[in-house]
Amino acid sequence: MKFLTEYRDPELVTAYLDEIHHITTKPWTLMEICGGQTHSLVKNGILDMLPANITMVHGPGCPVCVTSVSVIDEAIYLSLQPNVILCSFGDMLRVPGSKKSLLEAKAEGADIRILYSPLEAVQLARQNPDKEIVFFAVGFETTAPANALSVVHADQLGVTNYSILASHVLVPPAMEAILSDDENKIDGFLAAGHVCTIMGIDEYYPIAEKYQCPMVVTGFEPVDLLQGILMAVTQLEKGEYKVENQYARSVQREGNKMAQETIQKVFAISDRVWRGIGNIPQSGYEVNDRYKAFNARVKFDIDIPFAEENKECISGEIMKGLKKPRQCPNFGIKCKPEHPLGAPMVSSEGACAAYYHYAGASEVAV
Amino acid sequence: MSTENKIKMNLQCPMPKFDFDIITMGHGSGGLLTHKFLQSGVFDILKNDLLDQQHDGAIFELHGKTAFSTDSYVISPIFFPGGNIGDLAINGTVNDISMCGAEPKYLSLGFIIEEGFTMKEFWEVLVSIKNAADKANIKIVTGDTKVVEKGKGDKIFINTSGIGVIHPNANIHHKNIEEGDVVIVSGNIANHGIAIMSLRQGIEFETTIQSDTANLNHTVIKLIEQYGNGIKFLRDPTRGGIASVLNEVAELTQLSFYLEQNLIPVNESVEGACEMLGLDPMYVANEGLFLAVVKKEIANDFLATLRADKNGINAAVIGAVTTTHPGKVIMKSRIGGKRVVNYLTGEQLPRIC
Repeated sequence: MKFLTEYRDPELVTAYLDEIHHITTKPWTLMEICGGQTHSLVKNGILDMLPANITMVHGPGCPVCVTSVSVIDEAIYLSLQPNVILCSFGDMLRVPGSKKSLLEAKAEGADIRILYSPLEAVQLARQNPDKEIVFFAVGFETTAPANALSVVHADQLGVTNYSILASHVLVPPAMEAILSDDENKIDGFLAAGHVCTIMGIDEYYPIAEKYQCPMVVTGFEPVDLLQGILMAVTQLEKGEYKVENQYARSVQREGNKMAQETIQKVFAISDRVWRGIGNIPQSGYEVNDRYKAFNARVKFDIDIPFAEENKECISGEIMKGLKKPRQCPNFGIKCKPEHPLGAPMVSSEGACAAYYHYAGASEVAV
Repeated sequence: MSTENKIKMNLQCPMPKFDFDIITMGHGSGGLLTHKFLQSGVFDILKNDLLDQQHDGAIFELHGKTAFSTDSYVISPIFFPGGNIGDLAINGTVNDISMCGAEPKYLSLGFIIEEGFTMKEFWEVLVSIKNAADKANIKIVTGDTKVVEKGKGDKIFINTSGIGVIHPNANIHHKNIEEGDVVIVSGNIANHGIAIMSLRQGIEFETTIQSDTANLNHTVIKLIEQYGNGIKFLRDPTRGGIASVLNEVAELTQLSFYLEQNLIPVNESVEGACEMLGLDPMYVANEGLFLAVVKKEIANDFLATLRADKNGINAAVIGAVTTTHPGKVIMKSRIGGKRVVNYLTGEQLPRIC
């Protein structure tokens, strides 16, 4: 597989590891933003191979994990309405809402379909003119263009039985929220390669400057991650705080203009509640007024009480990098993938799930 | 299924003329319609001396220790590249019996058909059943057909149960597994699951990924004859893939499996599809594959014999039995790191991004 196997090359991995060991003189704490990066680190056993004084903490970049309980409840409510087909990415189904998950709603008879693309949902709407099709549009800046495009398509095709329940979240405001936390202990970031592929990297310069924190836009394969770590540690050892791009094969400074235009066409920036973290101003996308006919929150009268987060779940502290999954008293005991207290234990990109499934192979505590 | 295959099948076994095109509730009523349906279709094509007795059950003699197994097949879609629900239902039970170290002999066949299922499709399934039974050299000796109302089934469900005689050389049990034993997989993993998944998702790849559905009894019996109790354990990793089987065995024996990722054979398109769909091939279903735990001393010869068989061309040693992490499966990643390969929780769900 071109562009994959080269980045899993054991010799390159060893070379980068040697170099990281060679240059590291002080303890550094780095946060990888994206859950895909977390999983790659754990699944490939990289955490054990790093110098002991480099600590990787796992960021909030798991869209499933940060979707608030209330939004999950909204999706469940919609899925149980007569005549509604709720379409979702597969990941969302197991995440607990305040009372149940979408998977449980499905077992109760809700018509819930797993799709890979929102455009399939528009197709489904055309095939089922007597049904209301709602797409559960979650994700970071990465999934926003396709979700926006589905609305544009539906509008152009005159499809009126399609709407989206948007719960988009944005990376830079979350990074700022983490860096401005009193307890913050992060020295440098590995920024999320896919998000930057869409949005470019300009947003990161002021943050790096303001918080004097190195930021390396990084990919997802072992060689990418190690190169990203090396670049970040090199900066830290030299006392620098620049924005650098490790993932240049995918990320251009200005990002993908066409994707950005599609996002701007359909979405407006809004406040968003992050599960476990709370409200972060201007940290999400909501469908704008021009396309409000495709906003499920406008189309349906969603009448549900506000739901509190499960207080036993420390997902907020985990996603801010203040604690590691194993430091949670409920990890693997009260909270397991089959009966999760919070989302990071069920999502395929959640940090707790990564530790639960893959870690524990070495004698080193990770 | 390709047109080519369909044509070939129809030529081999032309569909008899029925006075109905679709199966209705009446065909499962037990009355005249059922009788006509079975006489003109099912019995004719599956014909053998035991089935021809047309009794409530089959009567036969078996000699020696026996293995008995059952499985239900509810796959959707029922036709897929490399097979259909019919051959899957035969091969699945044949393989389960084979994994006990037994030679499968007789199978039962139960259909639950959804009202409205077409005779044409039913016939195609039936022809595959016959061909798979012939290939595996087993007889279908008893059966049942029920029809359920539209919406209460999904086209067709099949149950098969089977019985087989344990080979005198066989001594297959997880209790025989010891530290130092070698783990062998008989071919590329994850083909079946990805063939089905790409069809369900309407995803097309450069080459069509075929299900690996196949009967393994001849392959396995040949190995047992040759290597006897050098073969400690056999299992076909269907649902849940090789990771689930190895976890079950690790838990039962409180030994650990140490696997090496770069030794595990995966077809390149399947691996690409897994990357795209966000699935781990270790957990994806197989239907013509088996895992063997064998004595270290015979591992090389066993592998050579297996590779000479059509069901074992891509067979490989993938790891060994150790005692370092009791009850766990550990894998050395391609880049040299280590990780736990855990049980799968529920269904593998495709990820967001």
